[in-house]
Amino acid sequence: MTIHTDTTGAVPAQRGTDRTRRPSQAQRFADSGGILNVFSHGFLALWALMIIVPLFWIVLGSFKTNAQIGSSAWTWPGNWHFDAFARAWDKGIGGFFANTVIVLAGSLTLTMLLGAMAAYVLARYEFPGNRVIYYFFVAGAMFPVYLALVPLFFMVKNLGQISPLLGLNSYLGLILVYTAYSLPFTVFFLYAFFRSLPTAVHEAAMIDGCSHTRAFFQVMVPMAKSGLISVFIFNVLGQWNQYLLPVTLMQQQNSSDPDHSMLAQGLMNLALQSGYASDFPGLFAGMTIAMLPVLVVYLSFQRQVQAGLTSATLK
Amino acid sequence: MRHRKYPFIVGFLIVPVALYVLLVIWPYLQTFGYSLTDWSGASQQMNFIGLRNYTTLFGDNVFVLALEHNLLLLAVLPLATILLALFFAFMLNVGGRGGTGGVQGVRGAGFYKVVFFFPQVLSVAILSVLFQGVYRTDQGGLLNGVLVELGVEDPNRPWQWLSDPNLGLWCVIGVLVWSGVGFYLVLFSAAMQSVPKDIYEAALLDGAKRGQTFFRITLPLLWETIQTAWVYLAIAAMDCFALVSTMTPGKFYGGGPDHRSEILSTLLMRNFITYGKAGYACAMGVVIFFITLILSVVALRVTRREKIEF
Repeated sequence: MTIHTDTTGAVPAQRGTDRTRRPSQAQRFADSGGILNVFSHGFLALWALMIIVPLFWIVLGSFKTNAQIGSSAWTWPGNWHFDAFARAWDKGIGGFFANTVIVLAGSLTLTMLLGAMAAYVLARYEFPGNRVIYYFFVAGAMFPVYLALVPLFFMVKNLGQISPLLGLNSYLGLILVYTAYSLPFTVFFLYAFFRSLPTAVHEAAMIDGCSHTRAFFQVMVPMAKSGLISVFIFNVLGQWNQYLLPVTLMQQQNSSDPDHSMLAQGLMNLALQSGYASDFPGLFAGMTIAMLPVLVVYLSFQRQVQAGLTSATLK
Repeated sequence: MRHRKYPFIVGFLIVPVALYVLLVIWPYLQTFGYSLTDWSGASQQMNFIGLRNYTTLFGDNVFVLALEHNLLLLAVLPLATILLALFFAFMLNVGGRGGTGGVQGVRGAGFYKVVFFFPQVLSVAILSVLFQGVYRTDQGGLLNGVLVELGVEDPNRPWQWLSDPNLGLWCVIGVLVWSGVGFYLVLFSAAMQSVPKDIYEAALLDGAKRGQTFFRITLPLLWETIQTAWVYLAIAAMDCFALVSTMTPGKFYGGGPDHRSEILSTLLMRNFITYGKAGYACAMGVVIFFITLILSVVALRVTRREKIEF
């Protein structure tokens, strides 16, 4: 350790003369918590175990039998059958996945497009009412959804009377609602981002005869790419974890209505229904199926997710 | 060029603003109006009853209980999550020994960050089912299994966790902290990494101990981030609907046993969807709104400090 600290070069001038003193100080810093060090290392490892063990336990559970799961938490699966996975898949998990992907594809595209357009105009153009609209959007980010829930339900219901494509338990209806509720944060964040971009490039494009619309799509959007990615990831997580809105808006209206449940909602319904009451392996297998794609996506993009998320919230 | 500006502005703003006003602003405003009526939601018929919904609310024992639970969540959840996340972030970024001037994270910091953050990307449904398995009341439950194995509890009288009136809400808080710490850890880590290393190195040369560097350097420089985190967590504490409604016992949207884990959002949903008391549910929405508003304002005012530039 003393050898390492020698090479820091933080204060190069002192190097030769202070060789004996500096290491001892660095040492004191590192050693100041000898016991603390063990303790905190242990705590980090413990917390990591607390996350990995339950998840692993669930995956393991999908290979056990019902009796095994009921008797003790410590049983090891006797045979590695995939029956439970087949049963879980038959209950419609694939369908819930498809529903979620359809809705998120629509709502994320719409959120990003509309959010970026509104934020850009508000950030870069002066016109009467600019401030009012901006604060309108920002204020929305502070309000809890509960404040709007009851009228929103009836608003969507009424939209359904205009066109069945828009009503309760419809993809498009939920897409529009997700988009509307993601707009405040998206606009708020991208507004700050567009303001921070240099104006010169945009001006040059305008002088070259570029239209406002083209300047936005071909000059400003590529320049704002990192900001767009950040807020995109934030919206993916937010909408993926949404539970209250689908539970309120995506109930089957009658028995002939197709089941358009989102993943979280569908899994919860399965867990609460009697269908799984006697089939814990099936339920655990369902969770494993739902968890795997997320795990794969997360592990491949974890760097971007973490970086994107923090810059989105710190703005 | 100027004359082409306005059509462009209007063209870009009209769709987002229309959508936003229709689905967000207008329902928000309607809620205030409906909260003054006895509307059932089923028909368009409603009578103006003034503030009676609100007086009923505060006379309702279940509502007061739910409010208390939300206040408990507000007190515990942000504090526990922030403290844990701060501790982990400090360990992972500047807590390591040796290396360049002693300022670096512990070994395996990258691994820990990836693992700690993972619960954040899991759907609430997965969290809920996972922890129902963990909190099972027989020996098949992971927690009871561990505690029996350690000899802490009697295998014949296992703990009831979620079904225990005194423990239920705390079990949910545990899940919220478990899943939330990773996010705030990453948030604080980013903030810590933007603090120049020279500051730590200077403190180190002056003979500062690790605890001192945390309280004298890290904490003040991170103050704004902590504020942001507190507001987020406070808003989250007013929600908690997904977990409480699915994990705690109770016929419609959980809240049991005997309303001992009831919170405002489950009560609101039950009154609206199950009992069809739309006007009453709106009044609850307004109460949740004012609590959130007051909290955010207080949080931003009281904790305001001078901004430190670096």
